[in-house]
Amino acid sequence: MESYLAIAIGILVTAGVYLVLRPRLFSILLGTTLLSYAVNLFLLASGGVLADTAPLTDRPGPWPDPLPQALVLTAIVISFGMTALVIVLALRAVSERGHDRVDASPGGADE
Amino acid sequence: MLERVRVPPAAAAGLVAACSAGLIAIQARHVVAGEVVLESFQWVPSMGLDIALRLDGLSLLFAGLVVGIGLLVILYAHYYLSDEDRNGRFFAYLLFFMGSMLGVVTADNLLLLLVFWELTSLSSFLLIGFWRGAAEARQGARLALFVTGAGGLALLAAVLLIGDIVGSYSLGAVLAAGDLVRADPRYPLVLALVLLGAFTKSAQFPFHFWLPHAMAAPTPVSAYLHSATMVKAGIFLLMRLWPVLAGTQEWFWAVSGVGLVTMLFGAYVALFQHDLKGLLAYSTISQLGLITLLLGLGTPLAEIAAVFHVMNHAIFKASLFMSAGIIDHETGTRDMRRLSGLARHIPITATLAIVAAAAMAGVPLLNGFISKEMFFAETFELRSYWSWLMPVLATAGGLFSVAYSARFVHDVFFGGEAQDLPRQPHEPPRFMRVPVEVLVGLCLLVGLGPGLVVEPALRLAAAALLQGPLPDFALASWHGLNRPFAMSLVALAGGIALYFARRYLWALHGDQPRVASGKDLTEAFLRHLTELSAWLHRALDRGGLRLSLLALILTVLVAGWSAFIPGAPAATRPQAAAGLVGGLALAVVLLGSAATVLLHRERLLAVVSIGVIGLLVSLVFVKLSAPDLALTQLLVEVITVLLLLLTMYFLPQRSPRESSASRRLFDGLLALAAGAGSGALAFAMLRAPADSISGFYLDQAKPGGGGYNVVNVILVDFRALDTLGEITVLGIAAVAIVAILDRIQLPPRQLDWDGRAWASGQSLLLEVLSRPLLPMALLVSVYLLLRGHNLPGGGFIAGLVTGTAILVQYLAHGNDWVEARLPPHYTSVAATGIAIATLTGLAALAFDAPFLTSTFTYLSWPVVGKFEVASAMVFDLGVYVAVIGVVLSILATIGRQHDVSREL
Repeated sequence: MESYLAIAIGILVTAGVYLVLRPRLFSILLGTTLLSYAVNLFLLASGGVLADTAPLTDRPGPWPDPLPQALVLTAIVISFGMTALVIVLALRAVSERGHDRVDASPGGADE
Repeated sequence: MLERVRVPPAAAAGLVAACSAGLIAIQARHVVAGEVVLESFQWVPSMGLDIALRLDGLSLLFAGLVVGIGLLVILYAHYYLSDEDRNGRFFAYLLFFMGSMLGVVTADNLLLLLVFWELTSLSSFLLIGFWRGAAEARQGARLALFVTGAGGLALLAAVLLIGDIVGSYSLGAVLAAGDLVRADPRYPLVLALVLLGAFTKSAQFPFHFWLPHAMAAPTPVSAYLHSATMVKAGIFLLMRLWPVLAGTQEWFWAVSGVGLVTMLFGAYVALFQHDLKGLLAYSTISQLGLITLLLGLGTPLAEIAAVFHVMNHAIFKASLFMSAGIIDHETGTRDMRRLSGLARHIPITATLAIVAAAAMAGVPLLNGFISKEMFFAETFELRSYWSWLMPVLATAGGLFSVAYSARFVHDVFFGGEAQDLPRQPHEPPRFMRVPVEVLVGLCLLVGLGPGLVVEPALRLAAAALLQGPLPDFALASWHGLNRPFAMSLVALAGGIALYFARRYLWALHGDQPRVASGKDLTEAFLRHLTELSAWLHRALDRGGLRLSLLALILTVLVAGWSAFIPGAPAATRPQAAAGLVGGLALAVVLLGSAATVLLHRERLLAVVSIGVIGLLVSLVFVKLSAPDLALTQLLVEVITVLLLLLTMYFLPQRSPRESSASRRLFDGLLALAAGAGSGALAFAMLRAPADSISGFYLDQAKPGGGGYNVVNVILVDFRALDTLGEITVLGIAAVAIVAILDRIQLPPRQLDWDGRAWASGQSLLLEVLSRPLLPMALLVSVYLLLRGHNLPGGGFIAGLVTGTAILVQYLAHGNDWVEARLPPHYTSVAATGIAIATLTGLAALAFDAPFLTSTFTYLSWPVVGKFEVASAMVFDLGVYVAVIGVVLSILATIGRQHDVSREL
């Protein structure tokens, strides 16, 4: 199962990195979302892989490592906050410049 | 209309200053009895930083000057400032300074002293720049902050070195370790850094140049900070550390050398100033140089003379600045070339100023005379081949100070009637003169009966300075006909002669080319620094996100791959079997990612495909024994998709193809490298030996935190501070989003991007179904919240459930319907949640436990039975409320844009 998890993380990072390099804020948002999936899985994996149980100590063990889970739980909620902030920046960009390009390079002149 | 009764800011400030004076007076009797009053609270014990205060003779004398002159300055400033000035702000700054300066003189910990030291620089900056409309005020403030701030940095280094040598920052320990410090090989460095700090603060040559430009401040500030108190902070520091640093050749040469040069230079330049305040500023530099020189001489009597002159200078110079302020106030100018014959118009002020100027010149029977005589006497104590030179130079300094004092008096108050004054001069308001009268009265009292008036205080201060027995000395206004008196006579006669011969001196001075001033050099330095940083910024940021990201990704790739160079660690953990489910999940990740990449320009489809991946990730969490994560991921996924769909209305629904094929290929290869790297890293990590600290949490969750769900106990108990920080960050994000969307103008879209009309009206089915949904969802969320400590759930998850349920109401019924029924400001809901969590943490302090300590107990109610109550559950309630507030304030604010844009 470890190799599958590692491959999944690799796929998500590949897609995420490609998308954050696109010139539109919306694509970047898709990319960061994929990257945050990958990072969350990676964090969870740092505690080892243990299937079909739960970190509830009133049940018989073995229990999974609870610390990465606590980290990832907050990371998920924070990444929602970040997604919201980026999408609102895109709204502001559309309202002020008519598009959501992120580059101020010569090619990025206002439409 | 009722007139609001306004307390004048000066009265409020005066009350505060009077209270501190009273508090100091109460403690003073201990000091008089020979004790040292110490008070200490721990602040950052790990750094050796304590809030430790000490009141000994030296602190008492300086503290007395700070509050005493402070009170007089407050009274004076009340009349000096006009109604257009923001008086409240001025007196707030003044009190800020007074508190900082009191901190400097009473600190018993060197780090604390440094903190207050910097605060005096900051308050001085604010006060110099008080008239911020004037360019010279802003420049003067910046210059002063730059010079004294740089000195503060040097002092920080010195303090750290001293702490390293002595092993403590406590003043008591440092004062006792003088031999240790002087024997240390780093002593010259420590001395140089301390002197840098002291000389910049006390305007010693060559760092003096900020002080004349600080005269752009209102005159009460010049009287208080820039003559009487703040510029004495450097002197005070040298006195404080005298038992530690003095007594070496280095000390003697550096301190007395700089003091001597400063004294002569300042006195000479003062003579050429046409601005009253400019003259007083350079004379202050000169007098500070005199005190520094005394400190450098190193004999105990010279130290006593230094302390005495600090007092005398504070008294006569503050009164002179106040007189200059009155003259400026009454005539509208400070230019001595225009002022003349004022004694006829303002006889009382003139008399006061003449007495103060005479004290500055060292005329007998005034306070300045006595300390200057002591100084002259000490110049004979040198035993070296240039010992004859010192009395000569000291006399020269005295001579110049007589000359500039004579100029102050004669140019302003005597001579013919002034012709072109902006205003006809009158005596100032009665109480504006009171502070000057008090100070000039002190000049006379000290001058006539020094043994009675100041000797006890001086003995206390000198004993604290020397940290040892006092030499034999007695203050008297007349010491007989001796060498110092002869020097005084030479200085007086020569100074008056020099004043009347000043035209020749000016002619000489006027011919000399103007050399670069310290101000110009500093300004040029700052300008170059700004240009350098602008150039660096332009070089690194080319205005495109892609380049910055490329740099980031390439760095990570290089750094990441280098981790593999030593070879992968030995695999010690066996792989778990993945089975069919694992393969299926991997296939979905692959397909979903591929679809997202391929379809990313079709934005709606991309949202759908990314949602599929998100749902799959939450299923992976279920499989990998993380039920809390699965619930959170599921709910966040729903809300995120809603969020993206809401904004899709305004955003372009397609991204045009903009990158060239070669760029896409390059990005693709880079992405593949990054993906392969992170996959390999994850695999190596999963196979490497694991050593977790989580055993502690698993063991302690129940006995320590009172819950079986370890993840939740970590969030609300073990690591509650992290969680508090996190909901605060969420709250900030929500506020930022509301602010970004404030008054945004989004064009309404009648048709979607394919030219189809948007659906109008609401779905009846959704409307009907959503109503019973809300109470049920609320019930579920409360259940999730309450059970969170023992079973999957908790504040985050419950908050997301409630948030989603309310969002469905928005979708089904529209904004107006919901907002008529719910509070309009969700940001305050978020703030309430953060407040609940913080207050829960603070409650622990009431029980003498650290912030966020939790407790739990068991209650037994009829029917319900025995159940657990934990304070951490109240904290979780705060998380719950905060999450609801954040989710709704974000989505409702975006949703509201639909109505706004339709109305446009």
